[in-house]
Amino acid sequence: MPPASVTSRLAAAAAPGFVLERSEAVPALIGGHQDFLFIAGLGGTACDVGAVTGDGAHVYSLGGAMGAACMMGLGLALARPDKRVLVVTGDGELLMNLGALAAIAVIDPPNLAILCVDNGHYGETGWQKSHTSLGVDLEKIAIGSGIKRTRTVAADTDIADGARLLREGNGTAFVLLRVKPTEPAEFKRNFDASLCRDRFRAALEPR
Amino acid sequence: MVGDRQDVGRESGLKDPRMDTAVDTTRRTGWQHDLYDLLRRHDITQFAYVPDAGHSILIDRSLADPGVHSIPLTTEEEGVALIAGADLGGARAMLLMQSSGVGNCINMLSLIKGARFPFLTLVSMRGDFGEGNPWQFPMGQATQPVLEAMGVICLRIERPQDVIATTSAALTMVFKSGQAVAVLLSQQLIGAKPF
Repeated sequence: MPPASVTSRLAAAAAPGFVLERSEAVPALIGGHQDFLFIAGLGGTACDVGAVTGDGAHVYSLGGAMGAACMMGLGLALARPDKRVLVVTGDGELLMNLGALAAIAVIDPPNLAILCVDNGHYGETGWQKSHTSLGVDLEKIAIGSGIKRTRTVAADTDIADGARLLREGNGTAFVLLRVKPTEPAEFKRNFDASLCRDRFRAALEPR
Repeated sequence: MVGDRQDVGRESGLKDPRMDTAVDTTRRTGWQHDLYDLLRRHDITQFAYVPDAGHSILIDRSLADPGVHSIPLTTEEEGVALIAGADLGGARAMLLMQSSGVGNCINMLSLIKGARFPFLTLVSMRGDFGEGNPWQFPMGQATQPVLEAMGVICLRIERPQDVIATTSAALTMVFKSGQAVAVLLSQQLIGAKPF
């Protein structure tokens, strides 16, 4: 974890539009977490979702295998059409496998939503700028990939609409949440991937 | 990889890029059809694939089957992650790919090994028996060592009469014992492309 002076300097250097606090915006967009099964990306979003759900068994968080989150969400959404699946991942994790947006768009499961928490930086590796600080717009990539229901949430006034989209059942939704480059929620997560798999499967009631 | 065999088909003047498989997809006979029926009897309901002539019948059968999801991928590693997600939801998925696509999966297989997700892939081989395209050899020859290095057990099939028994063994290893298994369909089985 970098010292506060580093994150605050980064925040000051962030591109305009990255102004929301993730600690407030992520819980506000998710709302009642019991309504979703979650796949969380590695790093910050795993901590965000862990904190929101109180280490819920309905969350599977990556600790590696960067680029897996969206496609895991697709497999889960197709396996359980009776449940809403929310993938919460970061800009870096999503950038690692942009083709997944195309693969998901052609299937377009109505019970899948993707929330990309975009802080414009690789927070886990020393706060290097990511491509989204340098001109890449992930909502436009989602649109170009064929995802029909997309939003960018960059101000408090956008949150209600973004939250509604994540819960709508008309097709796969993509919400890009732009936030300040600050630390994610404090959360001590479980890195035992196999234990978390067993826990998730055991907690999920049969269809 | 997408297009490899198709491109070869054009170069060699074949009208139908899938001609080398020499199996009519409308007549449900032959080991490819028996293989699809076997996979369905074992409750595979998600077929993730990168287009390949060696898997064309399985792909076409899955696309025509209202009981399954047939998922075209942009790169093979997406299929590895999809399989893990399906397992979390209690469903069985599998990945159809060419040997060149195995290289695209390496780090994503961390997910399978680390969490012990059941994992089944059918790999149509290039760059081995009778291959006429030198570009196919580096990954074709590395396919089995790469898979084994990431904890995936490899079962190779060379004769049509072994397809069902070997794939049945793989299904048991994966879905009863939770292992990761790749069934390698050799070029002796599926035929090498003429050049």
